[in-house]
Amino acid sequence: MNLKKTVGLGLAFGLMAGAAQAQTEIEFWHAMGGQLGETVDQMAANFNASQGDYVITPVFKGTYEETLTSAIAAFRAGEQPNIVQVFDAGAATVIGAQGATVPVEQLLSDNGVAFDREDYISGVRNFYADADGQMIGMPFNSSTPIMYYNADALEAAGVTAPATWEEFAETTAPALLEAGYIPLAQSHLPWIFTENFFSRHNLQFASNDNGYTGVDTEIMVNHPAIRAHFNALTEWQEAGYFEWYGTGWGDNQDPFEAGEVAMWLGSSGSFGGIADRVDFNFSAAMLPYWEAVTTEPTQTFIGGAALFAMSGFDAAENEATAAFFDYLASTDNQVFWHVATGYVPITTAAYEAAAEQGHYEEFPAAEVGVQQLQLPAGEFTRGYRMGFYVQIRDVMNREYGRILTGETSVEDAFETIEAEANELLARFAQTQG
Amino acid sequence: MKRAAFGHISFPILLLLPQLVIIAIFFYWPAGYALQSSFYLEDPFGFGSTFVGMDNYTRLASSSSYMDAAWFTLIFTSLVTFFALAIALLLAVKADKVIRGARTYRTLLMWVYAIAPPVAGLIGVMLFDQSRGNITQLLGMMGIEYRLGVNYWDTASAMITVSIWKQIPVNFIFFLSGLQAIPQSVREAAMIDNRSGTRRFWDITFPLLAPTGFFLLIINITYSLFDTFGIVDTIVKGQPGNNPMTLVYRVFVDGFRGQDLGGSSAQSVVLMVLVLILTIVQFRFLERRIHYT
Repeated sequence: MNLKKTVGLGLAFGLMAGAAQAQTEIEFWHAMGGQLGETVDQMAANFNASQGDYVITPVFKGTYEETLTSAIAAFRAGEQPNIVQVFDAGAATVIGAQGATVPVEQLLSDNGVAFDREDYISGVRNFYADADGQMIGMPFNSSTPIMYYNADALEAAGVTAPATWEEFAETTAPALLEAGYIPLAQSHLPWIFTENFFSRHNLQFASNDNGYTGVDTEIMVNHPAIRAHFNALTEWQEAGYFEWYGTGWGDNQDPFEAGEVAMWLGSSGSFGGIADRVDFNFSAAMLPYWEAVTTEPTQTFIGGAALFAMSGFDAAENEATAAFFDYLASTDNQVFWHVATGYVPITTAAYEAAAEQGHYEEFPAAEVGVQQLQLPAGEFTRGYRMGFYVQIRDVMNREYGRILTGETSVEDAFETIEAEANELLARFAQTQG
Repeated sequence: MKRAAFGHISFPILLLLPQLVIIAIFFYWPAGYALQSSFYLEDPFGFGSTFVGMDNYTRLASSSSYMDAAWFTLIFTSLVTFFALAIALLLAVKADKVIRGARTYRTLLMWVYAIAPPVAGLIGVMLFDQSRGNITQLLGMMGIEYRLGVNYWDTASAMITVSIWKQIPVNFIFFLSGLQAIPQSVREAAMIDNRSGTRRFWDITFPLLAPTGFFLLIINITYSLFDTFGIVDTIVKGQPGNNPMTLVYRVFVDGFRGQDLGGSSAQSVVLMVLVLILTIVQFRFLERRIHYT
């Protein structure tokens, strides 16, 4: 090789390296496995192809809990990713750690991206926001609990999906049982029959405005309305109206997909999977409410997870993160994500665009979650903010399981949950010192 | 007798060094760290920690769910250790007598040892699954309603069964080699003295197997306490709910899932102390009764 050629090659490589350096690379840790993971990869590839300045690399880190734990460990070692996906129960941990993340509203405005809270669907807007409504995390895979039903079963029994629990107990359940079905099952007692139970009935779930305005929060779960609900559940269980298959999500969803259970309460994000697997006609309805508690049922809030921009990066990388968030919230991308996964769109514009495409005419069940999130809001419907909430949910799961296997009474269980949860909240408040 | 001696102290230390460094890095350092953080209440992200003294420990003592887990661990460990040893010993004694096809028979029994605990747990879950499990269906035909994940003791029995099943092969290998190490002359002498096979087993074979048995006892207790983590995790699918869990699993649930570093450290220190006491007791009291040949 002669000298000229070497210099030429060296120059060429130098230029290429220069070109590569001009692209800012950022990393994104998420918990979306399987088909959802492929959709995330597709979304990232779309973003990378849409512009030439930034390259995002999505990394699958396991379950929600594992992803959060990895991100925390990485942060403590100074190796954190630019973006991390954090689930609903971990929100207080990550939002409480001020300095670990850059609030998404601030990140966007710092980087000149237009942002208006009002663009977001009302049930989506507040869950990952602070007390003033400033969005800290970017809602990502947003879902809300809804009621799926086997349309063939309901038709055979000559009933329609119940709007209230009174209707369920008096009309729907007896008819479905008569028709040879187990009328009802559900997949997440803390999420569906506790957190969203409080929101659907606009009941206060915790002090300090559901925990948003302070850390010295006390849970108010031991409410007569929810005790009445669980007493009803045990009665229904005895009468054969309701069956509980354990704490595992899938154990409760499987009998619905097998056609044994007629109505199943799950996530609006379960839509895609059910559509793939069942061979009967199914649809969905909003989460029933107790007319005895309220005649004006309110909206539910989102579960799922949000994306947080972690701190400790230079302006260029933050700019890349902001650009990705901007792309994420764009109408085109939201419609893509909503249609591919069943998670709800986060902006009103995306919802309208999906409607215009005729998505809901084809799949009416896909719209129920969005509609439920847009019901009238109440004082206590924006969500909750409680620390060590993963453990609080564990306590709930344990006590609810004991209620439904007859090992404890509803009254004792709720006293235990409230006492143990408050002890955990006090400990969390201490860590926030 | 000739005594080997080193000229200088530094040489044996040099030889020991690699092992000591490994122990220091993988045991003493994390153990010390766990001990330290068990006295603190720490923000998960490491922004601040508060010294809380013995709070994390007193909290455990007054927590009924922790005590439940402790009781369950005791029952679990006793049953798994006992049955894993007893069944393996029975199989080994029988395999020792087999003359024709001995190799095939032994290989089949050792086979299970190659299965990783999460895979064993997964197979267990498949067998005990609520709707599709073969064992569930078999019990259903016998009129027994078996519900994994719903009923506390149904879940517990699946954990115990799978854990025993997983540990039998390793015990079997040790027992079999222990049996084969018993001199033929001793066996023949015993044969002349006593024609009862059971008596010969308890009077001659069992005492001669004691060193192997003692070693396996320690290994099995440690296995039940710690190595069954994967099985427990697979069976409860990461969410114990109203199902039983072992103390080690609780360390994971509170620390890794729940981000309560102080509380979880206190739990691991308690476990560490327990194992330490157990081992000392075993070596001081049990080992004295064992004769090594």
